[in-house]
Amino acid sequence: MTPSATKSDHPLVSVRDLSVRFDGTPPVHAVNNVSFDLASGEVLGILGESGSGKSVTLKTLLRLLPERRTTITGAVEVDGEDVIALQGRALADHRGGVASMIFQDPSLALDPVYTIGQQIAETVIRHEGATSRVAMARALEMLELVRIPSAKRRLGNYPHEMSGGMRQRAMIALALACRPKLLLADEPTTALDATVQIQILLLLRELQQEMGMGVIFVTHDIGVAVEVSDRLAVMYAGSFVETGSVADIIRDARHPYSKGLLAANLVGAVPGTRLDAVPGAPPALNALPEGCAFAPRCAHAEDLCLTTPVPVWSGAAGRWARCVHATREGATAVNKVAP
Amino acid sequence: MNTPILSAHNLVKHFSAGGFGAKRKVVRAVDDVSFELARGETLGVVGESGCGKSTTARLLVQLLTPNSGSVRFDGKVVGPELPLKAFRRQVQMVFQDSFASLNPRMTMIDSIAFGPTVHGASAAEARRKAQDLLDRVGLDPARFGGRYAHELSGGQRQRVNIARALAFDPQVIVLDEAVSALDKSVEAQVLNLLMDLRRERGLTYVFISHDLNVVRHISDRVMVMYLGEVAEIGPASSLYTAPRHPYTKALLAAMPSLDPDRRTHEAPLAGDPPNPIDPPSGCRFHTRCAQAFGPCATQVPSQFAVAKGHLAACHLNRSEETVA
Repeated sequence: MTPSATKSDHPLVSVRDLSVRFDGTPPVHAVNNVSFDLASGEVLGILGESGSGKSVTLKTLLRLLPERRTTITGAVEVDGEDVIALQGRALADHRGGVASMIFQDPSLALDPVYTIGQQIAETVIRHEGATSRVAMARALEMLELVRIPSAKRRLGNYPHEMSGGMRQRAMIALALACRPKLLLADEPTTALDATVQIQILLLLRELQQEMGMGVIFVTHDIGVAVEVSDRLAVMYAGSFVETGSVADIIRDARHPYSKGLLAANLVGAVPGTRLDAVPGAPPALNALPEGCAFAPRCAHAEDLCLTTPVPVWSGAAGRWARCVHATREGATAVNKVAP
Repeated sequence: MNTPILSAHNLVKHFSAGGFGAKRKVVRAVDDVSFELARGETLGVVGESGCGKSTTARLLVQLLTPNSGSVRFDGKVVGPELPLKAFRRQVQMVFQDSFASLNPRMTMIDSIAFGPTVHGASAAEARRKAQDLLDRVGLDPARFGGRYAHELSGGQRQRVNIARALAFDPQVIVLDEAVSALDKSVEAQVLNLLMDLRRERGLTYVFISHDLNVVRHISDRVMVMYLGEVAEIGPASSLYTAPRHPYTKALLAAMPSLDPDRRTHEAPLAGDPPNPIDPPSGCRFHTRCAQAFGPCATQVPSQFAVAKGHLAACHLNRSEETVA
């Protein structure tokens, strides 16, 4: 399915100054002033360590966060729809219809007491009002699409009867059953073996191109992000610290944290030598430091880093880094409030 | 040749997986695994989940009793020739789950000092040693010594586990996915610590991981396991640049390239690893191997020496000299 022509001039996803706060004493600032766009047919990789806010950002796009304890500010639009304002049936239509999600652990995400076929058919019946016969036929078609061997037999399998890689394929089939325009992937290959991981990544890339979906792919693994993404965003302590094309980030990272991540992934490391490791650990999200959140771990931190707001260096289109030093190195330094 | 510090001889471990009589099912977790560790070297062990990496580690430190086969430390068979208690002082282990490894009711100082006191050190002496070790792994004893496991981050807990393993001044440490649960930036710090300790103390490591990049970085030699057997073992440099087993080649090809211009276009292996309950006949890899031919389905390949210190259990290497 191709995205509708009327909306092609708008980005598929538009997030502006998104902040997510979990109430408590003290409150947890999980996501802070995140802004980004995603065109239809584009794959954005969000790279970050645990607690960086990448999963929370993703869940906000489906409004999966506990309503009563979460305060969301900013604007989130998916396919022209204001996601923050969605309620009731409209929200249910959004989930699985317009945007859909695959999770890290398919054995938790799938329902253990229904067969794979029933679970996929249920989605199709809910969103498209299809008869159960048509829905089952769609389920079979989906299982074949994600290349599950002997799909007809697998339709009647329960999740526990499948291997990890197979379950992940089944979950992808479920997520794509209603042809969503946006697929949200939350570390979908982290629990898999490397040989199975690459199969799933290739499948996702192929289906994404076939169906022209926009994909936001969250991962902590740079290697995985490079395999699937067009663009990368590096996330730290609830904020985007750098974005750019995959090649930009891999070959010319400007933020010291991105550089540290690359070094930790042994990019260009000589075996047996000491690694250029970032010291310390990420800050607690209920006690973020003033100014640059990375400053306490940064080897180049100076007084200026401790003041808010951190200046942003902007390069070519969609390329920026939130760092004082990047603004000095960069030719097109722009001093402005972080986007 | 010098006596290897630690060696495994034809280790076999089968687990019962239920069933009775003729229907009794057996998981062949480790089947006839042998290797040697030279003093001061690091052996990396890689393979998919269920290939027997962790079972091998547990057999090596005698946390599991093998069905057959033996472990030798410095030439002496552990058990009959070397008492277990003496062996444990020499060979220690660090596990993947840093939280589950620590007693939640003990402070970090007590956790580290516990082992030495059991082995006869005085309480004061053990405490002093524990403080030195905490300091050595980068945790201030005054700040962290009195804390409990839940008051530390994952990286800090894993440092404590390393300190605890060092409390006996062991010669060998078996690291079973010891850095896998850590975030990348913290993982790099712990890897640096492990490499520093190795140099300072002349430690020998068995480094088990599913991350081939990390294994290459830290290991002198690498052992590739598949369904309970050793597929290939050899020097890290030659194994990574010139693998001689199709499974090793596939594992290496499945690694993300980290180069946007050289993305992977074809998965090197289809499907999941087969079930170790009923492993394929002959070469256990033949069901997934693109190069399988005549003898693969029926004959178990022996370990062929393909280069100095480099063995590969694959019939494709048959023309070369055979090691019995």
